Amino acid sequence: MAKQVAIDGKGVHYTPLNQRIRKAVEDGADEIVVSNVLGQRFIGDGLRGNVTVRIYGVPGGDLAIFMSGPTVIVHGNAEHAPGNTMDAGKLIIHGNAGDAVAHSMRGGKVFVRGDIGYRGGIHMKQYETQCPILVVGGSAQTFLGEYMAGGLLIVLGLNGPIKAREIGSGIHGGEIIIRGDVDAACLATGATQVPFTDEDRARIAPVIREYAGDFGLDPEPLVSADYTRIIPASARPFVGKYTWE
Amino acid sequence: MTIGSLPPRYRISIDPVRCMECERCIENCSYGVFRRDGERILVNSRNCTACHRCIACCPRDAISLEEHPCDYRSHPLWTREAREAIYNQARTGRIILAGMGNALDYPVIFDRLVLDACQVTNPSLDPLREPIELLTHIGKKPARLDLRRREGGDVELGTSLTPNLRVETPIMIGHMSYGAISLNAQVAMARAAKETGTFMGTGEGGLHSAIYPYQDRMIVQVASGRFGVNIDYLERGAAIEIKIGQGAKPGIGGHLPGEKVCTEISRTRMIPEGSDAISPAPHHDIYSIEDLAQLVRALKEATEWKKPVFVKIAAVHNVAAIAAGIARSPADAVVVDGFRGGTGAAPRVFRDHVGIPIEAAVSSVDAKLRDQGIRNEISVIASGGIRGSADVAKAIALGADAVYIGTAALVAMGCRVCGNCYRGLCPWGIATQHPDLVERLNPDTASEQVANLIRAWTLELAELLGAAGINSIESMRGNRDRLRGYMLDESLMQVLDVKQVGA
Repeated sequence: MAKQVAIDGKGVHYTPLNQRIRKAVEDGADEIVVSNVLGQRFIGDGLRGNVTVRIYGVPGGDLAIFMSGPTVIVHGNAEHAPGNTMDAGKLIIHGNAGDAVAHSMRGGKVFVRGDIGYRGGIHMKQYETQCPILVVGGSAQTFLGEYMAGGLLIVLGLNGPIKAREIGSGIHGGEIIIRGDVDAACLATGATQVPFTDEDRARIAPVIREYAGDFGLDPEPLVSADYTRIIPASARPFVGKYTWE
Repeated sequence: MTIGSLPPRYRISIDPVRCMECERCIENCSYGVFRRDGERILVNSRNCTACHRCIACCPRDAISLEEHPCDYRSHPLWTREAREAIYNQARTGRIILAGMGNALDYPVIFDRLVLDACQVTNPSLDPLREPIELLTHIGKKPARLDLRRREGGDVELGTSLTPNLRVETPIMIGHMSYGAISLNAQVAMARAAKETGTFMGTGEGGLHSAIYPYQDRMIVQVASGRFGVNIDYLERGAAIEIKIGQGAKPGIGGHLPGEKVCTEISRTRMIPEGSDAISPAPHHDIYSIEDLAQLVRALKEATEWKKPVFVKIAAVHNVAAIAAGIARSPADAVVVDGFRGGTGAAPRVFRDHVGIPIEAAVSSVDAKLRDQGIRNEISVIASGGIRGSADVAKAIALGADAVYIGTAALVAMGCRVCGNCYRGLCPWGIATQHPDLVERLNPDTASEQVANLIRAWTLELAELLGAAGINSIESMRGNRDRLRGYMLDESLMQVLDVKQVGA
């Protein structure tokens, strides 16, 4: 039988809160429910294991930073840089999230139901078998996918057209896939738009289905929708800028 | 023809009487200066970088090297470097990258400072018979201690202490990444750090598994690209360092060119193979001093507050105020990297023109922290152009707790400071990833040489302290009375807070 642990986060500083979460994981919890969360930063910081952590309330910045394995589900909004430098695991946010979502993320998945702030997916990177995935249900702000060095970033634009400008500034790896058309003027230096093919659709379909499943959405209209695919113009964006002494 | 060929920088000549045509020069020169033509060895001096590998390998001292054999008309303003930069940029329209540290002829403040010694009235100490304490603790120190006497007479410490790094000598090895330097070079220095009881930095290159045996001596770096950073990496290090800036290129990020990102480097840095490894100029989760404090806390929280966290900044105009801001976060040490700090590659204009000297920076940081009553909150590590034990002693007297060395450790392994690190062809096996070149650097010998250097400087430091009648490095720290300025102007002496010679 799955072992559940309940933690009341009311008025608890982040360090003892994380200590209790770590202890529960150590003691073999399968699911940890943290209630009354109000602005505590670093929840799940560097956390390992196969546990699921359910958060009720609004966690503070750097949620699941350096996390490696667990699933964190937020029933509320998240602040600055959730999924920062995350290595593995899954972060599901049933609200909006702040700036620098999935900053430097290297593996695992971050699913946001609502909108995200500026610099979403900045410097996400992949190597060998590690490939991070960020899916945003709503809109994303400017500098989306800046300096991206790998991974998959999908924006579904379920709340209306995407607001981002300067998309993929300095991108040198990975791909940004946005539902609907994107004005070419919104692409930054280093990013280029290419046709969205049937192979691309087949590749993202399982991700879209998983996302829709997590949020109770009908996946098929999303799977069959039109998308814009944005990729790096080069894996060496700065090669033409320098000369040697 | 508009610009044409520039005069060669160096001329290599082989004395035919001494040369025995053993071809060691041909085998050793990775830049292709030498080739055999029938009974002779021919030379193409234009390929020479003055790395001295051929000279070091020639069994008969047959090779000689001349710098600037054919110079331009001399002119104090239009130097050779100024003219050649223009020719280069007129041809390419690009930013010039260069290796090693600041190459402009700024005065060296260390060389305008002299140390003190005892005579007659206050006897000097002999390190042979008197212990001279060089042990240094890097990290926060409590502002006050809560001591209570138990009934049995024992004293109990009520203050909870922050973990510190215990360093046997105030000489640490700074951050040089795997990628910028070879794995053999990194292993050699890590082994030397372990042998001499000091620590060394990983740079932003991740922690290769070959370094794991020395991980308790490694300071793992977290820079803006977050290369190689995961929870295992953070837990392996003895301490963690957030790199905000670097003395050789303040204000900008770093690019490791894609051709250097081979399989091993890709795995260690956790980045895609063959892509440029780009560290952005700022950390994109740090846009303010409060955000910096947040990353310090995030790193401490990830490692359950067991590891010291350092913050490295380049020495820039407002370095003192910035360091004071860092001291008010939970950071344990601030590393101040002066404008002479080394690098594998940096835009020449930054390397030579941005930032301030370490001597002035460390002194003003120390003064600001003391003014604000928070000097105990943070250790100060000085780096950027430390060439010998005298520089170490002077940096400490100006207010540093310890120093980082970089180029000096490379020189101990054979580096000749030729400044061509960025080309990846280092014939000494240091700044290269070519397996046949890397193999030339024997980690056993090289680590012994780096350890010897640290031991030698440590012995000299003990002698300098003893001569000054000081038996502990702590009494030297910030002790400007043991320094005098020689041929320094008054305003600079005010910044350094030192008196002039004779005063």
